This record gives sequence, structure tokens and C-alpha cells, in this order.
Amino acid sequence: MRMMATGNKAVAEAVRQAKPAVVAAYPITPQTEIVETIASFVSEGSMESQYIPVESEHSAMAACIGASVTGVRTFTATSSHGLLYMHEMLHWAAGARLPVVMANVNRALGPGWNIWAEHTDAFSQRDTGWLQVYVSTVQEAYDATLMAFRIAEHGDVLLPVMVNLDGFSLSHINQPFEKVELGDFIPDMRLPHAIDTANPRGYGPLTGPEEFYRFRWDIERSMRNARAVIEETEREFAERFGRSYGWTEEYRVEDADVVIVAMGTLGKEAEVAVDRLREEGVKAGSIRIRWFRPFAPLDLGGRDAVVIDRDYSFGFGGVLARSIRSTTGTAPYSVIAGLGGQEVTYEDMAGFVRERRPGEELWFGVNSHV
Amino acid sequence: MAEIPKEEYIFKCTSACAGCSSTLCLRYVLKAAGPDTVLIVPACCTSVIQGIYPRTAMNIPVYNIAFAAAAACASGMSSAYRAAGKKTNVIVYAGDGGTVDIGLQALSGAFERETDFLYICYDNEAYGNTGMQRSGSTPLGALTTTTPGGKIHKKKDIDGIVAAHSPPYMATACSAYPLDLYKKVQKALSIRGPTFIHILAPCPPGWRFPADKTIEMGKLAVKSGMWILWEREHGRLTVSGPSRAAMKNPAPLESYLKAQGRFRGLDAATADALQQQVQENIRRIRCEVEEPCA
Repeated sequence: MRMMATGNKAVAEAVRQAKPAVVAAYPITPQTEIVETIASFVSEGSMESQYIPVESEHSAMAACIGASVTGVRTFTATSSHGLLYMHEMLHWAAGARLPVVMANVNRALGPGWNIWAEHTDAFSQRDTGWLQVYVSTVQEAYDATLMAFRIAEHGDVLLPVMVNLDGFSLSHINQPFEKVELGDFIPDMRLPHAIDTANPRGYGPLTGPEEFYRFRWDIERSMRNARAVIEETEREFAERFGRSYGWTEEYRVEDADVVIVAMGTLGKEAEVAVDRLREEGVKAGSIRIRWFRPFAPLDLGGRDAVVIDRDYSFGFGGVLARSIRSTTGTAPYSVIAGLGGQEVTYEDMAGFVRERRPGEELWFGVNSHV
Repeated sequence: MAEIPKEEYIFKCTSACAGCSSTLCLRYVLKAAGPDTVLIVPACCTSVIQGIYPRTAMNIPVYNIAFAAAAACASGMSSAYRAAGKKTNVIVYAGDGGTVDIGLQALSGAFERETDFLYICYDNEAYGNTGMQRSGSTPLGALTTTTPGGKIHKKKDIDGIVAAHSPPYMATACSAYPLDLYKKVQKALSIRGPTFIHILAPCPPGWRFPADKTIEMGKLAVKSGMWILWEREHGRLTVSGPSRAAMKNPAPLESYLKAQGRFRGLDAATADALQQQVQENIRRIRCEVEEPCA
């Protein structure tokens, strides 16, 4: 069924179809519309979940953890400061191997107060053991949320998944999207270590140096397993519903001399810049990174790369640019742009490509060439 | 004591300190709750006492959670069991730090949302697990490692805070009166909605008294009126047996204070302030039970 919705409403629609037993959430701009929509679904009876209106994001994740360990499907949504407030519990969810699914509407962090898009919130959670996917359209937000449940709950993974969508530039943008007939695409959740009072066990007790590393390795082994599960899930999604995404979305890359690499809505905007550059005779392409954890496999084939980071690791560099440098060996032109919702047009992006200086860094608007 | 079941849900050889009264309390809590019970434990003495992976001293599932998160975790677990139509008891067993300090926000949220669970705070009046640092529950004048000159602030009134949420049932208990505790746990678990039991759990190393005096210390607390045993059902307060006698004719507070190293060096003014707190607590409770108040 084709309908119009914001990114937020499309996520809520996917959650309703996935039928979690428990949703625990706290509202925060620009995520609020997701939990408002779910609350109204539950209130009108079109969704049977237990909706727990918690007093904080820390408690939202704690409640999801408490529910998930009994073996039921759980969901929450947050953004920015809410995500940071959850940080401790994100480690507990992944460490307990609980397949919680969360939508995170990417937003900058204060001070000063800023409610617009930035990836720093989610990037600062990158070592928590959560899988992270970044989407660029309303359709993709919906599709990725459905796939997230299946990936998280897969027996070879059993790790939480975070679906990231840019604040306002996607969360509040209306686009048409196609709703699927879900069928049995997401199987019933089976948690092998669910709490069972007939078989009492200790969950997360004191663990000494001789055992602790095994639990950390277990998370990493599942992250590696997740690669095959992600590919299988996307393949089956494509077979059933006709849409496929992959680790990255590539645009006119085949014969390109230079590629723009970005994430989220900027990654989509880059396609327009590519068309503009091609008209000028510049052989440009673009690669939108979808999976940040596990990190998307990437082969730049010796091309120049202009990497746009909507984030920064102070004293170090753009996180995406450094990740690409370490995984491909290419020294990209690192552009720091779009922080706190700073406007970055396709014309700006074309300018980054025209005046690229491989290995160097540009702070758009600070040492800008435009 | 004949009616207390023989089944044990906490085995011998835990890593508890000698004379640990909170372990004793947990033993009776679990006997009252029975086998269809999940315990949620934040960072506290119990998170060590339960045993070190891969071993466990517990004969029921124990879910360990971050310090601030126990009550919220219970909300999720309780909702999931409700969704599944199960009656499993969800019990938080938390120390005073995880209750009156870092866990207070989650506790308040869970009580406001009327989570169906029992929250038990075993109160040894300091951060016992990490070597006795001050908590909001440490009484005025007590020496701890972070109040080396004696605490200058009085004990936080967590019972008043919980009562303000109007739970259907709340009570105080003390490790020296296990039958009273046992009955209160049974009653709490028979009621739907959030229930709360606040247990005074004397701690030999923390309070600095000999390990064989644990029961005696609890009795001194109750007899001196420093700790009052009561129940509050749907707002109505009842004083429990041992405290009814103690409130009429309290033992000298000095007998309680002198028996503990943590009150060594207590100056006269602070001792007097503690005595006044005891009298005020007795007056308040008597006033509420025997209304109208004089």
C-alpha cells in the first residue's frame, strides 16, 4: 500500500507491523513523533504492545532490557541527549545480548542547544556493541526498521540494532512510501538465554579477569556473524518486497575518478552533486555508507575520495574520513560539514570535489573555499 | 517459626561478610516469595554476595542491572510478564545507595506508573559493598570513609518520599525480626501494584561491631526507637508488634549508639539531635495512628 508519511511516522508504522510486546520510551525532539504515533496506535487498539511511558531515557533502555530478557520483542526511540543519557544502558543491552531495536533521530549535542541533524550522538555510541544503520529516505527508514528486528533477533546475532535517521531533514519530511504485507518476514523471537524461573541462572554477575574477555569476544563474534545475517536479510527483503540497499548505496561510481562519501540525507544529496559535476565533465560518483557497525566493506579502487563528516572527533578528525582511511588506505579529502544542521547544498558538495586536496581537511564555513 | 518453609533459595558459602544481616533478610524474602520469582539487583552488596561467574549461590534467577536502573528494569520485566499472562514475582533487592541516591528517579517513575512489583531496600546506611562511604541514608553523626568527622546531614526520609507516591502497601522491617519480615513480604506480594519494604540491615564491618552481635544490634535499633517497624496499607498506618512496646517505653538511645564504632566520638550536641529525631519519629507515628493528633 502506498502512503505519505514523515520519516518518524514511517518508523512507527514499521514498529506496529513488527508487533513488539513492550515499547518503553521518553519523548525528545525531533524523535517525539515516533513515540506519540506509537502511543496513539496502542491507545486506539491498533497495536497490542505494552507501552511504558518512562521518566527518562536511562529508564527507557532499562525497561527494554528488563522486558527483552524475558524473551519478548522490544522497541524504543530517542535522539541526541536522550541517547547519551542512555549510554550506560546501551552497554548493558549489548552485553546481555538482548535484541532491542531502537530508532535514533540524529541530532547535535549541546551546548548550545541545537535540535538539528548531526551524527555525533550515534557515533559516540559506536563502541557499545550496537549495530548501527543510517538511512536516507522515508522508504528506507521504514524498510530498515523492519529489517532491524529480524537482524537483531537472529540466533547468530542477538545484539541490539540502532536505526539512524537525520533530524528534521528526514524525521519531519513527508515522502511517499510503500507499506509491505509483512507476512512471516520477522519470525517469532526466540531468546535462548531468556529468564526461566524453572532453570535459575545468574545474569550479569561479578565476572573476573579469567572469564570477562570471553563475553567481549562473544559480542565481536556476533558482530562478524551479523555481516552474513545482514546480507541474507536484505536479500530476502529484496526477493519479497522488491527493494534492496546493501552495505552502501553507490551512484555512478563505475567509471568515476572521484567519489563523494557521506551518510544519511547528505549521502542522498551527493547524488545531485554528482549529476552536476558530470555535466561539467568531471567523472564523479557517490557512495552512501549505510552500515557503520559492523562497518561497511568498501573498495575505492584507487579513486579520490571526498568524505563528508557530519561529526567530529576533537583532536583527531572526521570519524567517517578516518574510518575510510583506516579501512581502504586512501587518504581522502576530509570535509567537516552539516554540523548542527548547517546547510550543505549539492552546489557546495560539487565545490568540495572541484577543489579537493587529498589528505587534507576542510571545515566548511571556517576555512571554506566558498 | 513453624510456618516458614524449609526450602532454601540462597545457599551456604556466599561471599557475604561474617554476620551479614542483608543476606539473612534475603533468605527470608525468598522463602516468602517462593520459586517463581526473579530478583533484580543493582550494584550493591548483593551483586557480590550472589556469587562470582560462573558460580551462583542463588536458586532463583538473578538479573543484575546498572546502579541507577533497577526499578525501571522491573517496569519492563513486569510489563513483559503481564503481556505474557504470567504471575512471576518481580522483586528489586537494592541497597540504600541504589534506592535513596542514584536509583531514586527510577524508583519514583516506577511507583508513579504503578508497576506491579516489590521494591525492597535493605538499608545498611552506607555504601557497604565498596567499604562504607556515606549515602543519603547514613544517619547524622555516623563515621564513614567519606565522612571521617561524622556525617553532618541527617538521614534522608525515603519512606516519606515513597509514601508520597501512595503505593497500596509499604512497610519497614529489620533483620532482627525475620518472622515480621517474612509476613510483610508475603503480604506485599499478594497485592497488585508497586509495594515497598524498607529493611534496616546492621552491617558489622561498616558499623564497627562484632559479627556475632548482628541480631542484638537490630533489636537495639528497634527497642531504642531508632528504627520503627510499621506497615502502611492503602495509606493506613499500623505499628508492628515489637515497636508497639518500644514506642511506649524506648530503651536509652545511648545503648544503641555506644555499641557501634561508627558513632565513636559523637559530640553531645549531635547525640542530642539524634535523640530528638527519635522522639519526633515516635511522635509523628503515634500522632498518625492515634488521630486526632494532640
